[in-house]
Amino acid sequence: MSLTFLFFGILAVLAIATAVICVSNKNPVVSAMALVAHFFMLAGLYLTLQAQFIAILQILIYAGAIMVLVIFVIMLLNLGDEEKLREKTKYRKILASLLGIGFIAMLCSVYLGGGLGNKATSPMAITIGAPAALGKELFTNYLFAFEAIALLLLTAIIGAVVLAKRKVD
Amino acid sequence: MANETILMLPLYLIGFFSLAAVGLDPLFSKNKKVIYYLSLIGLLEAAISAGYALYLHTLTPAPNIEISYAKNMVSTGGMAYFFDILFCLSGILILLSSPRYFTREYKELSEFYSLILLSVSGMMIMAHSANLLVLFIGIEIMSLSFYILAGFIRIRIMSVEAALKYFLLGAFSTGFLVYGIAMIYGATGTLTLSVIQLSIQTNTINSLYLTIGIGLIIIGLSFKAAIFPFHQWAPDVYHGSPTVIAGFLSAAGKAAAMMAFIIIARAIFGGLSQNNFVKDLYVDVRLVLAVLSAATMLIGNITALVQKNIKRMLAYSSVAHAGYLLMGVVAANERGWSGILFYSTAYILMQIGAFIVISLSERNDEQNLKISEYRGFSKAHPYLAAIMSIFMFSLAGLPPFAGFFGKYYLFTAAVETGYVWLTIVAVISSLISMYFYIGLIIKMYFEDPDTQPMVAESGHAVLALTLSTAGVMIFGIFPSLLMDIAKIFF
Amino acid sequence: MNEIPQGYYLLLAGVLFTIGTIGVLTRRNAIIIFMSIELMLNSVNLTLVAFSSFFGDSSGQIFVFFVMAIAAAEAAVGLAIVLALFRLKKTIYVDEANILKY
Repeated sequence: MSLTFLFFGILAVLAIATAVICVSNKNPVVSAMALVAHFFMLAGLYLTLQAQFIAILQILIYAGAIMVLVIFVIMLLNLGDEEKLREKTKYRKILASLLGIGFIAMLCSVYLGGGLGNKATSPMAITIGAPAALGKELFTNYLFAFEAIALLLLTAIIGAVVLAKRKVD
Repeated sequence: MANETILMLPLYLIGFFSLAAVGLDPLFSKNKKVIYYLSLIGLLEAAISAGYALYLHTLTPAPNIEISYAKNMVSTGGMAYFFDILFCLSGILILLSSPRYFTREYKELSEFYSLILLSVSGMMIMAHSANLLVLFIGIEIMSLSFYILAGFIRIRIMSVEAALKYFLLGAFSTGFLVYGIAMIYGATGTLTLSVIQLSIQTNTINSLYLTIGIGLIIIGLSFKAAIFPFHQWAPDVYHGSPTVIAGFLSAAGKAAAMMAFIIIARAIFGGLSQNNFVKDLYVDVRLVLAVLSAATMLIGNITALVQKNIKRMLAYSSVAHAGYLLMGVVAANERGWSGILFYSTAYILMQIGAFIVISLSERNDEQNLKISEYRGFSKAHPYLAAIMSIFMFSLAGLPPFAGFFGKYYLFTAAVETGYVWLTIVAVISSLISMYFYIGLIIKMYFEDPDTQPMVAESGHAVLALTLSTAGVMIFGIFPSLLMDIAKIFF
Repeated sequence: MNEIPQGYYLLLAGVLFTIGTIGVLTRRNAIIIFMSIELMLNSVNLTLVAFSSFFGDSSGQIFVFFVMAIAAAEAAVGLAIVLALFRLKKTIYVDEANILKY
C-alpha cells in the first residue's frame, strides 16, 4: 500500500463522512460547515488525480464563494431557531436510506465487479492539469462555450437582482 | 456556399440584442417602450437571419449534413435554424402579449424583456450545439431564466413558490443530466457529438459507462420535459407562474427539451453501429421511452379531466403533449423527427395562444381562472371564444387544425416502426382529452353565465393571437408547407 | 502517475451522488436541499476529473470549470428565490410552501 493510496483512502472516508453530516444534520449551519470540509476533501482528491488547478479552484469557488453566500443567507434568515427545525418525515427518511444503500451496493457490484477500468492515471495528466494548459484549451477550443457562459452569468445576475429586490417600483 | 458569419448570425444577433436590452434598460427606465420594441426587433432579426441561413442551407447539395464551426462547438444544421425560428416566434408571441398583462397585475416590467431574450438565446445555443458542453450551457441558460421568469411576480406567493419548486427540481435534474454527460464522456472519451457518434460506430467505447450515461441523461431530460414519472412539478409550476410565462415555459421549454432529446439520440444512435451491444441497447432504450411516453400521455390526460382550474388543466394536458412528442423520439426515423418539428410548431402556436386568451381575462391575482367561470364566455367575447375554441380543437387533435396533422405524423411514425400498441394508447388518450377540451368549448358556448361576464382587454396581444390562430389554421389546412421543410433535415 | 484504479474514483463519486440524492429527497429545508444538490454536482465533478486524468484529455477538466460556474449562478438565483419566499411566508420549508397543492 503506497502513500497515495493511504491518502486517497483517508480523503474518501472523510468525504463520505462530511457528505453524510451535511445531508443529515438538523442545523443548517453545521450542514454548511460540513459541506465546506467536504469541498476541501474533494480538492485533496483532485490533487491525487494531478488536477492541481481544479483543486485550487474548488477551494476558491466552492468553499470561498458559493458557501460564503449560502452561510450568509442562513445567517440573514436567522434559522438557528430549534423550534422550527423539526422535520416530520421519518418513514420517508428510512425508505430513502434503504434505497440509497441498495443503490450504493449496486454501484459497488457494477464498478468493482465489471473491472476497475484503467489502473493508473495517464502520464499526460500532470501536464493537462496545469493552469497554462487548461487556459490555452479554454481560450482556443472552448472559446464559444466561454462566451456562452457569459450570458448565463448575466442571467444569474439579473435574476438575483430581480428576485431579491425589496421594493416594487 | 454560405460563409461562417452568415451561418452564425442568428446566434450573434440574439446575443447582441440580449446584451443591448440589459445595458439599455436603466437608460430608459421611464420609457419601457424603447426596450420593448428593441427586443421585438432583436427577435425578429434573429428569426429572419435564421430563415435566411435555413434557405441557404436547403440550397446545399446535402441539407441533412450538419457543418460545425467555432472549433466543433456550433453546428449549423437545418434543424437548428428551424428551431431558432420557432423559439424566436414563441418569444415574439410572449413579448406581444405580456406588457398589458404585467402592468395590470404587477406594475413593473424592468428586466423582463432581457430575460425573455436571454432564455431564447439559451434555447438557440442548445439548438446549435455540436458539443455536449455547449448543449449543457444552453439548457442551463434556458432553465435559469425560466426559474426567474416563474417567480417574476415576486410579491405573489404562488409565483415565488412556483419558482422555488421549479428551481429545486430543475437543479436536481441538472445533477442527473450532467452526471449522464460525464458518463458519456467516460464511455467515449470526448464531448463532441460527431466524435461520439464515430466512436460508437467504430466500437471504441466502454459499454457499461454508456448505458449508465444514457439512463441518467434520459432521467435529466425527462425532468426538463415533464415526462412521467418526473412530471409532478409541471402543474404546480405552470399554475403558479404568471399566465403568459406559463405558456412560454410549457410550450417553448418543452420544444427545447425535445430538441435536446433529438440531438442526443441522433448523436448516440444516429449511425448504425457494428456493435451488437449498442444495437441491443438501442432497442431497450426505445422500449423504455415508449413505456414512458404511453404513461405520460395517459396520466397527463386522466389527471387533466378532474381539474377545476383552467391553468392546471392546460398544465396537465401539456404533460400529455410531452408524451405525444416523445413518440417521435421512440420512432426515431425521418418521419418521427420531422413529426416532432411539426408538432412542436403547432404546439407552441396553440399552447401559447390558449394561455394568452386566459391571461386576457385574468384579473387581480388569479381571479377568473376557474373553468366554471368560462360559462357563457362567447356571449361577452365572441371573438376570444372563437379563437379559444380553435386552440382547443387543435390541442384535442381535430382536423382541420395543425394539432391534427402533428399527431397524425407522430402516430404514423410510431406505427411505421412497429410500435402499434403505443399508437393505440395515444389514440385512446387523445379520446380522453377530447372530454375536457370540448367540455370547455361547450361551457363557453352552450351554458349561461352565472356570474358577471369577464372583462377582457387586449392591446398588442391581438397581434399575437392573430399570428398564432393564423398559424394553427394555415398549417392545419396546408400541412405540407411545413412538413416539406421539416423533412429535408433528416 | 498514481496507481489507484479508476473504478475507486467512480465508485466514490457514485456514493457521494447517492448521498446527495437522498438529501434532496428527504430534507424539507430549501437551503439544505440546495446544498445536497451542490453535493451531487461535486460528485459529477469528481467523475469528470477522474475520467480526464485517466484519459489524459483536458476536456473533462474544462467541463468542470463550467459546472462550477453554473453552480455559482444557480446558487445566486436559488438563494434569491429562497429570500423572496422568506419575505412572503417567513419560512424556507418546502412542506409549508404548499399553496399550490390542492
